[in-house]
Amino acid sequence: MMILESMRMAWRSLMMGKLRAFLTMLGIIIGVGAVIALISIGQAATGSVTSQIQALGSNLITVTPMRSAGAVLYYPQDVAWLKQVVPQISADAPLMTGQVTSDYGSQSYATTLMGTSPASLQIQGRKLAAGRYIIASDVTYRRAVAVIGPTVEQQLFGVTSGLGKTIYVNGTPLAVIGVLQSAGGSFGANADDVILTPVTTAEEILGTNQVSSIIAEARSSDIAPLAVAQIEAVMDARFASQNAAVVVSQDQILSALSTITNTLTLMLGGIAGISLLVGGIGIMNIMLVTVAERTREIGLRKAIGARRGAILTQFLVESGILSLVGGAIGALLGGLGATIMARALGWSGGVATNSIVLALGFSLVVGIVFGMWPAMRASRLDPIEALRQG
Amino acid sequence: MADVIRVESLKRIYRMGDVEVAALQGLDFAIPEGQMVAIMGPSGSGKSTLLNLLGCLDRPSAGRYFLGGEEVGRKSDDALADVRNRRIGFVFQNYNLLPQLTALENVELPLVYRGLGRTQRRKRAEDALAAVGLAERRHHRPLELSGGQQQRVSVARALAGEPDVILADEPTGNLDSTSGEEVLRLFLALHKSGRTIVIVTHDEDVALHTERIVRLRDGRVVADDPVPASSRHTLGEVQEL
Repeated sequence: MMILESMRMAWRSLMMGKLRAFLTMLGIIIGVGAVIALISIGQAATGSVTSQIQALGSNLITVTPMRSAGAVLYYPQDVAWLKQVVPQISADAPLMTGQVTSDYGSQSYATTLMGTSPASLQIQGRKLAAGRYIIASDVTYRRAVAVIGPTVEQQLFGVTSGLGKTIYVNGTPLAVIGVLQSAGGSFGANADDVILTPVTTAEEILGTNQVSSIIAEARSSDIAPLAVAQIEAVMDARFASQNAAVVVSQDQILSALSTITNTLTLMLGGIAGISLLVGGIGIMNIMLVTVAERTREIGLRKAIGARRGAILTQFLVESGILSLVGGAIGALLGGLGATIMARALGWSGGVATNSIVLALGFSLVVGIVFGMWPAMRASRLDPIEALRQG
Repeated sequence: MADVIRVESLKRIYRMGDVEVAALQGLDFAIPEGQMVAIMGPSGSGKSTLLNLLGCLDRPSAGRYFLGGEEVGRKSDDALADVRNRRIGFVFQNYNLLPQLTALENVELPLVYRGLGRTQRRKRAEDALAAVGLAERRHHRPLELSGGQQQRVSVARALAGEPDVILADEPTGNLDSTSGEEVLRLFLALHKSGRTIVIVTHDEDVALHTERIVRLRDGRVVADDPVPASSRHTLGEVQEL
C-alpha cells in the first residue's frame, strides 16, 4: 500500500481520539521543546560570552605573577622593560589593583581602584562615555585624577553626571576627568565597577608600588601565541624563576570558556533528550493500547486483503505522525521560549537551527523505534482470532 | 460451468496440547460458478472452520482447496492476503465496518489494498454503493446508518472488489426481519446477475432462499441437496443488479 494512503488512514484514526493523540504527543512536545530551548539558550550564552570577551580586545594578553611561587613581584619599571624586549607586543600597561572606599558628598561606595597608564584603554578595548582618559603627563605628575566606570558613577552621583566633580578615594581627593562606557552584558558588572587612576597616583593611595598584573596587546591575533611564549621566556629569565609569570592570551581564555559552555550546552541537551526518550515510551504505551483496542479492525483489514507489511506500515505511520507532529509543536514552543529568554537577557542569536533539525529527526526516530514493537504485534495478529474479538 | 470452489478430502485438525481435534474430517464438494449455496449445521459441526478455510483465513491440515481453478491451500500469509483481496468478498454478521471511515471509504478499502488509483477506486466504490441503493448515504459514517444499511454497505464492500465468490457469515443474524429481508433480497439480486454466493447460516428460512443446502455434522457433510422449487422461499420479483 502506498505511504500516502497509510498517512491518510493514520490521520483518520488519530482524529478519532484527538485528546488521546494530544496527550500522547505531550511527552514528545515537552522533550523536543526542552532540547531546542536549552540548546538555543546554551548557544546564545556561548555567543554572548564570546562576543564580550572579544570586545575586550582579541589580542589582549594578561601577565600575572605566579602567586604560589612567592617572592616574584612586578614593579612599574617592569612594564616599560617588557615592551622593549618583546617585539611581538604593540603596547602594554600596568594594572595596580586594590579595594577602596569612594565618597562623594554623603554617598559612599566600596569598589576597585586600578592604577594604570594611557595604553590600557585601547588594550582592553574600552571606550569613554564622557571626558578624557588618563594621559602620559597624568602619570608623570601624579595628577589626582580619576576615570570612573558607569556603576561607580551611578552609585555616587545617581542620575547626574560625575564629570568634573571631586570624589574621595580612601580620603584622597580625585577629580573625575572621564566616565567609561559600559562594557555591556553580564561581564559588564565587574568591568564597569571600577575607578581608574594614573598608576603613580594609585601608588600613593594604595601605599604600594607593586603591580598586580601587566596587560599587553599582541601586534596581531596570529602572533599572540608567539608573544605569550616570548613573554614567559623573558619573565622567567628576568626573575630567574621557572614560573615567574602566568601569561594568558584572550584566545586561550576564549577557547577554555567555549569548551566549558559547549559542554554545558551538550549536558543540558542530553538531559532534555532523556525527556524525549520518556515521550517515546509514552508513544509505545499508547500504541500498544491502540493495537489491543483495534484488534477487530486489524482482523477486518487482513480479511479483506491487507498484507502484513500494510498493517505494519499503518501503525508505524501512526506513531510516526504522533512523534513528528509532537516534535513540530515542541520545536515551535521551544524556539519561542528560547527567543523570549534571549530577548529578556539581551543576548543576540535566536533559535539554533541545527537543534531543530536534530530534535525533529530524533523525534521521528523515537516514534518509529518505539512504534515498531506495537506495529509488529498488529501485523502478526491472526485474522481469525482478531475477528472473533469484541 | 466451471467450479469456482472445489475441495478434495479437506481436513482441518486442531492440536490442543496432546489432543488432536478433527474439526473437518475430509470434505468433498464443488460449487459451480453462479450458484447460491447455504452451508448449515449446528454449532460444533465445523461450519466456522469451513468458512475460515473457504475464506483463505486458514490453511487445511490435509486435502486440497481450489479457488477459481487455483490451488490456494498451501500459500504464504501474504499470498493468501492477495487471494482474499481479489477472489473473495466477505460479509460478516456484525458488518465489521470501520467507524472512522465513511460508507464510501469503507467500500474503497479492499481496492486500497489492491493498490488501485484513487479515481478508479472511487468510481468502483460509488457504483457498488449505488447497486445496494445507498448512493446518497455514501458520506455517512457507519454509526449514522441503520443495521440494515450498514450490512448493505458491507455487501457493497464485498462487491467492489469483483470477487469470484461472496462469502457471507450469518448475514441477517443481527438484523430485524424487515432489514434481514432487504439484505436477503440483495443477495438474490446478486445471484440473479450471476454471482457465486455462499451463505453460512443456521437459519432454515434463509437457507431455503438458496438453490442448494450443504449440511454439516461433526466435521462431515451429512446432506448436500438442491432446494426443490416447490419448497423454495421467494421474495417476489427480484431485479437483476
